[in-house]
Amino acid sequence: MESKNNWKAWLYLAPVLILMSIFTFYPLINTFFISFLKNFDYRSGANSGFTFDNYGIVLGITEKVAGIPESKVTEFVQYALPNTFLVTFITVPISIILSLLIAIGINNVKWFKKGLQTIFFMPYVTNIIAVGMVFSVIFGDNGIFNFIFGLSGTKWVTESASWQNSMTILCLYIIWSALPYKILIFSSGLQNIDKQYYDAAKIDGSNKWKTTMKITIPLLSPQILYIMITSFIGAFKEYNAVVGLFNRNYTDSGNVHDLTTVVYYIYQQLEGNNPQMHIAAAGAVILFAIIMVFTFVQMRVSKKRVHY
Amino acid sequence: MKNPSISTRLNLIIPGKQKDIRSTEKRDRVLKAIAMIILYAILIIAAIGILLPFYYMIIASFMSEAELKLGSSFWPMQGNFFENISYNYTETLSRFNYFKYVGNTLIVGLLTTVGQMFITIISAFAFGRLKFKGRDTLFAIFLATMMIPGEMMVITNYTTMSNLGLIGLQTTGLQSFTAMILPFLTSVFYIYLLRENFRQIPNELYLAAKVDGKSDWNYLWKVMVPLSMPTLITIFILGIIGSWNAYVWPKLVVSNQDYYLVSVALRGATLQLEERPDTFVTQTSWVMASTVLVTLPLLILFIIFRKYIMRGVGRAGIKG
Repeated sequence: MESKNNWKAWLYLAPVLILMSIFTFYPLINTFFISFLKNFDYRSGANSGFTFDNYGIVLGITEKVAGIPESKVTEFVQYALPNTFLVTFITVPISIILSLLIAIGINNVKWFKKGLQTIFFMPYVTNIIAVGMVFSVIFGDNGIFNFIFGLSGTKWVTESASWQNSMTILCLYIIWSALPYKILIFSSGLQNIDKQYYDAAKIDGSNKWKTTMKITIPLLSPQILYIMITSFIGAFKEYNAVVGLFNRNYTDSGNVHDLTTVVYYIYQQLEGNNPQMHIAAAGAVILFAIIMVFTFVQMRVSKKRVHY
Repeated sequence: MKNPSISTRLNLIIPGKQKDIRSTEKRDRVLKAIAMIILYAILIIAAIGILLPFYYMIIASFMSEAELKLGSSFWPMQGNFFENISYNYTETLSRFNYFKYVGNTLIVGLLTTVGQMFITIISAFAFGRLKFKGRDTLFAIFLATMMIPGEMMVITNYTTMSNLGLIGLQTTGLQSFTAMILPFLTSVFYIYLLRENFRQIPNELYLAAKVDGKSDWNYLWKVMVPLSMPTLITIFILGIIGSWNAYVWPKLVVSNQDYYLVSVALRGATLQLEERPDTFVTQTSWVMASTVLVTLPLLILFIIFRKYIMRGVGRAGIKG
């Protein structure tokens, strides 16, 4: 029976294995490979051999055109990387804490519980590009936000807005769109906590705050770890929110690329008539490495703190 | 909850403090009610914050352009309400080729989702029911791919599609659609979701089917699939939503506007009015109408299938 199942199982898996080999496993290796190729032409596959220069160009160390110092572009180091780190370290902690509080709050109410759960989940199914455009109208120069707070004329997201202002709205938008998934995961985690623990705490006379800190949070730690890892990955890959919120034409040369993110930088290399695959590949490998390091560190640190 | 009836009968007196249990209980109840009110207030304020962008999107698409540009009203006051609506939406629809893009999105979305479901079903069956060497290792490798940023794949996949002649200005609809669908026919997350479901189906059913002489293939489609309908509906809905919201890949591989999907078309749409000769001004109210057109179908889908969507998404975190 076992051996009979063997070849059959591989037959069932054939479609997924073929497709994933072509579109997941091969690209993974190939992108690594491309990132070390000099002057790679994706159409013909032609290149001038092995090099580390692509990483140098991305990191602003190597000149794009040898011998011309002006061709050294530091966009990645100057804007993309700091922006991405900033977005990550602002939005991930805030959205996790907020969603945890909201989930615990919803868990403690009875009336209109379903309604609240539904409302808080709504941004999850909406189009990030579309709502980003709505945010940019709300925070427009003469938008409703400026009207309410009497800030008429303050520029938040338009082309001449300051970097700080644009960044604030970007983070706000990312938090808004990141909440629903986290609230849902925490809520379903909370529902799975055995009521016995709370009854025991009640008998011991511990108050709500103590119960939350000593029972709810520890028992929710698997979900918290899961959310932390997925949120960090998600935040490092931030792209759609930037596209939706800002209508700045980054492809035009001469524009300040002050709001690009790492992924934005990668896709920028793919645009135009002469896509720079090798540069994009180097950028993607750097992103991959950052994400791996963070995921690994989080798993290591949390090993002792997560209660399964 | 059951205790008060006992305590009212007991009526314990706490010595020295001149407080009986009744007044203590009453105070507790008042405090609890206040805490509840505060909790509801916070939750409702947060909920309003979540809903506000949706509200403003809809209301802005009902305003006249002049009123919206002032940005000082929460409700359309100027002009005829219904005239504004019909004017904004007819003008938007005539410029933003909405139904064509919805058609494209539905073609790509349905084909992707149906293909994805078929592949997910047979793969989940192999992982969840059949036994073979290296099963758990292979599944672990599959799961590990979920952590890898998609950009790693996008670069090579773009090259692959280009080599297959599926990218370029001269591509046909079939070529563009193929380029958009092919890389997304597999989904590790859905395989994981369905495998979990398949594994909950009792072994006895499988053995009984074997005794009846049913083949694995028959058992899968006649027993397992019907039993897993809720999960499959979830996967279907999430798949359609995913295609509707897809932006990066469709934008990258399709250059011909005729084959754009809604999200890509929305960001690239020019909704301008020639206010004076040769002066084209983007009409914000039309932009808002176009975002409503793109968002509303999703919200309707969400309201109808709320249970399936929330259950499917929520299950991801349970195992941790």
